[in-house]
Amino acid sequence: MGTKSNELQVKQMNEINGIIAIWYREFKVFQREKSRIVASVVNPILWLLIFGGGLGASISISGINYQTFIFPGILIQAVLFSSVFFGVYIVWDRKIDFLKEVLVAPISRTSIFIGKIVGGATDSIIQSIILLILGAILEKAGLIPGLKLTFVSTVGALIILFITTTSMVSIGLIIGSRMESPEGFQLITSFLLFPIFFLSGALFPLNRLPAWLGTLTLIDPLTYSVDALRHTILGASQYGLALDFGVMIGFTVLVIAFGTYAFEKMKV
Amino acid sequence: MSNHIIETENLTKQYGNLVAVGNLNLKIEEGELFGLLGPNGAGKSTTILTLTTILKPTSGHATVGGFDIVKQPSQVRKSIGIVFQDPSSDDTLTGYENLKLHGMLYGMPVSLREERIREVLKLVDLTDRKGELVKRYSGGMRRRLEIARGLMHHPKVLFLDEPTLGLDPQSRENIWAYIENLSHEEHISLILTTHYMEEVDRLCDRLAIMDRGKIVALGSPAELKRIIGGEVVVMKSASPDIGSLKSLAYVKHIETKDGVVSLTVVNANEHLPEILQKTGMVDSVEIHSPTLNDVFLHYTGREIRDEAPEGGWGQRAMNYRSNK
Ligand SMILES: Nc1ncnc2c1ncn2[C@@H]1O[C@H](COP(=O)(O)OP(=O)(O)OP(=O)(O)O)[C@@H](O)[C@H]1O
Ligand SMILES: [Mg+2]
Repeated sequence: MGTKSNELQVKQMNEINGIIAIWYREFKVFQREKSRIVASVVNPILWLLIFGGGLGASISISGINYQTFIFPGILIQAVLFSSVFFGVYIVWDRKIDFLKEVLVAPISRTSIFIGKIVGGATDSIIQSIILLILGAILEKAGLIPGLKLTFVSTVGALIILFITTTSMVSIGLIIGSRMESPEGFQLITSFLLFPIFFLSGALFPLNRLPAWLGTLTLIDPLTYSVDALRHTILGASQYGLALDFGVMIGFTVLVIAFGTYAFEKMKV
Repeated sequence: MSNHIIETENLTKQYGNLVAVGNLNLKIEEGELFGLLGPNGAGKSTTILTLTTILKPTSGHATVGGFDIVKQPSQVRKSIGIVFQDPSSDDTLTGYENLKLHGMLYGMPVSLREERIREVLKLVDLTDRKGELVKRYSGGMRRRLEIARGLMHHPKVLFLDEPTLGLDPQSRENIWAYIENLSHEEHISLILTTHYMEEVDRLCDRLAIMDRGKIVALGSPAELKRIIGGEVVVMKSASPDIGSLKSLAYVKHIETKDGVVSLTVVNANEHLPEILQKTGMVDSVEIHSPTLNDVFLHYTGREIRDEAPEGGWGQRAMNYRSNK
């Protein structure tokens, strides 16, 4: 009995070490690729200032400045793109034999998958923190008035972004686990990303949509992340936090389960 | 239990209808330096990937270090190290970081890990370069790093899939010296694949010649050469008269291809004049002791070509870099 539970403990320790190992590698790579960090912060700010500024000059949404209104959506967009794109790294790992080096290690594929999620999520959370700080600065500068960034709302925002990045990294990894070439990955993800992004209501309010569009936004899982984030940092929400979190967590559990399966079946 | 570190029984791996490895039966002794020699597509890598649990066999059985590759993959993984055919280190990390990552993946305690990193770096002479990004390593250095990494967790068996593919002669010589050193200093069995004759000839205790998924010959390099049973005489001639050679008792084997005649002759030095009388004018003659190339030719009727396959190791590493 005793040795058996000991063995189990050792096995669990090994799996945890494996997850930390994968995370360590992803984090080192992230640190080295400075241009990736810069791009992942600059692009959203350009969206906010140019797209938001341009359109915001002529519209405001139920009394909220348009730039302020889309700030949560832009945060989600940033996390969506960097998270799903993270899956391309597994395609690169497969192109050389690095993936085999990881697969031949005495850890389960589930741990490899989880390590990768934690790695991708870390990147997105760092990106989110920088964007939230920039948001606070822009708010002080009067560019996005009405943004409510308190300690509590900031933590809340990061939790929402964390759940979102977890599911989106999973989706990227599932696609990556099937793809032989980075070009193939790019093609599939751009097909997927744009509808997910545009239907999420990141750039427009959800309450006055034509019926067909309204239905489409309802089946987009990202809609609920945008809504929850709006609730948290703007105080305006369509569906309420309970529904938002319910859908977000449910969807995340689903894609993680599916991703674990995809990794189990993944070919080298 | 037997002291075979690897034992296979009708091990078979198919890709769809293609039989990459068919009914492989192999026994490798503990502590041996064993070579798998074969041309491109012979099934060497497939054999290694199956034995290391990365691929599942289609049928048959195998044990590595006493563990079944299908039923006990995780024990197998703990007892083996592998250096893959393609580059498998992360070039955005430093040499040291690649080793640290490996130690973490294998659950090594920190102090043991650090000590072992120092040891293996020293073994492959990379201590001075450990802090540099692998991007800046030469092909030979990268290969050495990957050998060091394969050794880190004290495996019982180390697999080396084409360890010198695509390297220049000097780096190759270098790697050979490390492998020799290793088989003396670390208590380890080594399985290496290659399509370079000189490599197995110089390094291996025993080898299997593989062709089209099958083992066609097995033994020590000396044993295999002895099978040829004489010296090899190679003649170039536009219209050789072979018929008359067949009656000579000391001519063991005749092979013609594209105007080149290869004979296996007992005591060739003595008999050469007589042979030349029979064949008439030839453009050139050469006698040599049998090489593994002759052994390969003997068993397969083809030459093993000593060129790197398309997109060899170095080339693939370069492509990876420029694409990334
Ligand atoms: N993933 C795969 N899918 C389909 N066929 C494959 C795959 N990998 C290898 N093969 C085929 O299996 C056969 C054996 O390949 P393998 O890579 O084991 O040969 P090898 O002896 O290692 O050759 P090389 O010297 O080129 O590395 C070849 O015919 C090859 O085309
Ligand atoms: Mg091969």
